Amino acid sequence: MGLSSPGKCCKAGGGLKIRFILIQNRAGKTRLAKWYMQFDDDEKQKLIEEVHAVVTVRDAKHTNFVEFRNFKIIYRRYAGLYFCICVDVNDNNLAYLEAIHNFVEVLNEYFHNVCELDLVFNFYKVYTVVDEMFLAGEIRETSQTKVLKQLLMLQSLE
Amino acid sequence: MVVPSRKLQDLIEEIRGAKTQAQEREVIQKECAHIRASFRDGDPLHRHRQLAKLLYVHMLGYPAHFGQMECLKLIASPRFTDKRVGYLGAMLLLDERQDAHLLITNSIKNDLNQGIQVVQGLALCTLSTVGSAEMCRDLATEVEKLLLQPGSYVRKKAVLTAVHMIRKVPELSNIFLPPCAQLLHERHHGILLGTITLITELCERSPAALKHFQKVVPQLVQILRTLVTTGYSTEHSISGVSDPFLQVQILRLLRILGRNHEESSDTMNDLLAQVATNTDTSRNAGNAVLFETVLTIMDIRSATGLRVLAVNILGRFLLNSDKNIRYVALTSLLRMVQSDHSAVQRHRPTVVECLREVDASLSRRALELSLALVNSSNVRAMTQELQSFLESCSPDLRADCASGILLAAERFAPTKRWHIDTILRVLTTAGTHVRDDAVANLTQLIGGAQELHAYSVRRLYSALAEDISQQPLVQVAAWCIGEYGDLLLEGSCEETEPLQVEEEDVLDLLEKVLQSHMSLPATRGYALTALMKLSTRLRGDNNRIRQVVSIYGSCLDMELQQRAVEYNTLFRKYDHMRAAILEKMPLVERGGTQDEEIKESKEAQLSEASLVPTEPQASELLDLLDLLDGTSGAAQPPPPLEPSPGDVLVHLLDLPCDLPSASPPPASIPNLRVFEREGLQLNLSFVRPPGTPALLLITITAINTSEADVIHFICQAAVPKSFQLQLQAPSGDTVPAHSGLPVTQLLRILNPNKAPLRLKLRLTYNHFGQSVQEIFEVNNLPMETWQ
Repeated sequence: MGLSSPGKCCKAGGGLKIRFILIQNRAGKTRLAKWYMQFDDDEKQKLIEEVHAVVTVRDAKHTNFVEFRNFKIIYRRYAGLYFCICVDVNDNNLAYLEAIHNFVEVLNEYFHNVCELDLVFNFYKVYTVVDEMFLAGEIRETSQTKVLKQLLMLQSLE
Repeated sequence: MVVPSRKLQDLIEEIRGAKTQAQEREVIQKECAHIRASFRDGDPLHRHRQLAKLLYVHMLGYPAHFGQMECLKLIASPRFTDKRVGYLGAMLLLDERQDAHLLITNSIKNDLNQGIQVVQGLALCTLSTVGSAEMCRDLATEVEKLLLQPGSYVRKKAVLTAVHMIRKVPELSNIFLPPCAQLLHERHHGILLGTITLITELCERSPAALKHFQKVVPQLVQILRTLVTTGYSTEHSISGVSDPFLQVQILRLLRILGRNHEESSDTMNDLLAQVATNTDTSRNAGNAVLFETVLTIMDIRSATGLRVLAVNILGRFLLNSDKNIRYVALTSLLRMVQSDHSAVQRHRPTVVECLREVDASLSRRALELSLALVNSSNVRAMTQELQSFLESCSPDLRADCASGILLAAERFAPTKRWHIDTILRVLTTAGTHVRDDAVANLTQLIGGAQELHAYSVRRLYSALAEDISQQPLVQVAAWCIGEYGDLLLEGSCEETEPLQVEEEDVLDLLEKVLQSHMSLPATRGYALTALMKLSTRLRGDNNRIRQVVSIYGSCLDMELQQRAVEYNTLFRKYDHMRAAILEKMPLVERGGTQDEEIKESKEAQLSEASLVPTEPQASELLDLLDLLDGTSGAAQPPPPLEPSPGDVLVHLLDLPCDLPSASPPPASIPNLRVFEREGLQLNLSFVRPPGTPALLLITITAINTSEADVIHFICQAAVPKSFQLQLQAPSGDTVPAHSGLPVTQLLRILNPNKAPLRLKLRLTYNHFGQSVQEIFEVNNLPMETWQ
């Protein structure tokens, strides 16, 4: 069972867990794109389109894991939004599935029953939430209460 | 003129209000022009709002590079609102490849040092997302200082930033290694999580760090144990499992530390068992932890009981209603099947159930796992299941399934008839998806099974009569009918239902194949040759055949035309030779390629007695020798050992031990010493395996009783033309002195005509510093070797 094997896009070298986090709607519009690896702008666009194509054809009969290039994507659909995390093939699928759910619950609390428009009009705040919970391609803070406390503190500074 | 800038919300609303793509583009372009103007004018108050709008537009996919310098200005500003948008912009727009990238280094440095937590947090965040190698080097000391500061908010971020820095600049590990020990004592989950990640990263990069951290395994075990039993805090509990993410990280680190390290593995054993049994599995969080535990157990040097526990957990996962969990279970079982085969076998029925999954990725894994689990005791049942799967599965899995079944059939076929049946069924269901050599294999198999000729030809005839579209099937059937057409027509075969076949029917069928537009040119070739062979097998006159053959003499396809013309000539001018040329093929010995392939694919399941792959080239070269001439035609050195992958080579190295035991049941033919010179002796021992009367196995043993080693020892053999010889690779090319380990080499001789055996040997070697070449014929071969 090997350690992370360098993928084609992996210039940073081994160890990196999360490659990127994407939130897209069914039509393919990006609501959030957080990249933990270096990509050109057109590479990023291509990746976004590919992920959208792969993920939207799947329905409830399929698992939440998709093999994608030489990584895999863990995704979950909430109403009209797809939350996708791209990780290494050796990573624990179930744990990242939990991480997605954790993240969505925080968003829900923070925006009081979040809907897609909340994410659109407050996109920079969504980035803040992501940065509170994930950092450097790793899971950072897992306690919802702690994250919410910090977010409220940051909000008071504005 | 200062145009009042719009608020972000208004812009977003307007963009969303656009009905078409073109309209949206227009709105955005207009706004970007405003933004550009505003940047030029340098309005500090609204800069952050302009940048925010620009970032939104960027997220939708429009270019925003002109905002880069603004990010810098915003970062340098003292206001928090400015800094926040500035840093966000930096993360989105200023990756490593931009020229402006390095300019933020100074700002980040100032922000890190000025002591306001939120600002430090922003800076660390940006640094860990887009920090380049130079930046990391510059700022390493700052981050290190922050690691041990009192405030936990900043420390969490600092730890993970350190992880990023190590990834970019591995040498920085030296700086970040010492603080880890102290950080491990933290009770704050966020810091602990980051620390574990940091340690994991350090250990993955350097073996020295790995050794260093193996000392903390007991401490890690303690942390995890406390987590599992009492838990540090309730706010980290998810679905009743206390901080599953931390548990998973610790388990992962334990895996890395325990790999190949007995001591650490022992320390972890109890804990792993405890976690495995105590975790609540009703929700996904618990299953995530359980899964990581299983992965860890599989990877370290764990006790057998623990491994069996892990496999059983995976087996339970397979029964779970959540398909995600089934998926991870199948993937892991596939990894374990080589090392813990018997444990996985117990779950075979469940695995077979999973073949019926709807999701293609699940059924594919189930297929691979099922194929890996086939062995000689369950081969019939498994093949049955796999074949029903073959009939209903999706097209992209068909090829794999078909070749998998054929491979399994070849390795474990209980009887030849079953084997033929199985291949036949695969060809009928998925004929177009099988590999190219399946046809060759089947013909070889049928050819070699003399007692089954009648049976095979009848089955194939019925199959062909039903459907002539599956090319591999048609090819084999055509060949078979051509070879054994007489068996098809005469009498009945007790193994199949009585089949009344007239000559006309057979010829009709073959002509149909020839004319069908579905038949490939190769298939037509087979059919034409089959027709030709039937001309000697059938009792009626050959007018019809001659007609067909002459028609094809003007066929447009070159290959067919050539064949038809040749066959025509055979009819007209060489009729007296026709019978001899078209007579049945002799029994062919199964070639070496089959065994090679199987070894390459499943080396873990090879039995000890498997023979080394043969080298047919040597035999062909030497067969050309006419013994009566006694020329030294064997001037070429024997072909090199085949370029097989490492695993086959290992088995070759095992040869000295294996060969004597690999030889078939004890022979009753006395050994023969054929050569002796200066202490080097050559002995031959003979075996006639009872099952194959035409086969003779000779083992050449070279022993050296002299004082000096014999090096570069090569032995070649030649036999008369009517024999078939296969020379296998010798156990070595040095015969050690003082009767050290002898060099052995196996010869396989096929003698279907039971002609008197003559054998010529050629030896070349170096002894006492001189190169020696000896050629001699072996006399006094006992009669039992060829009668």
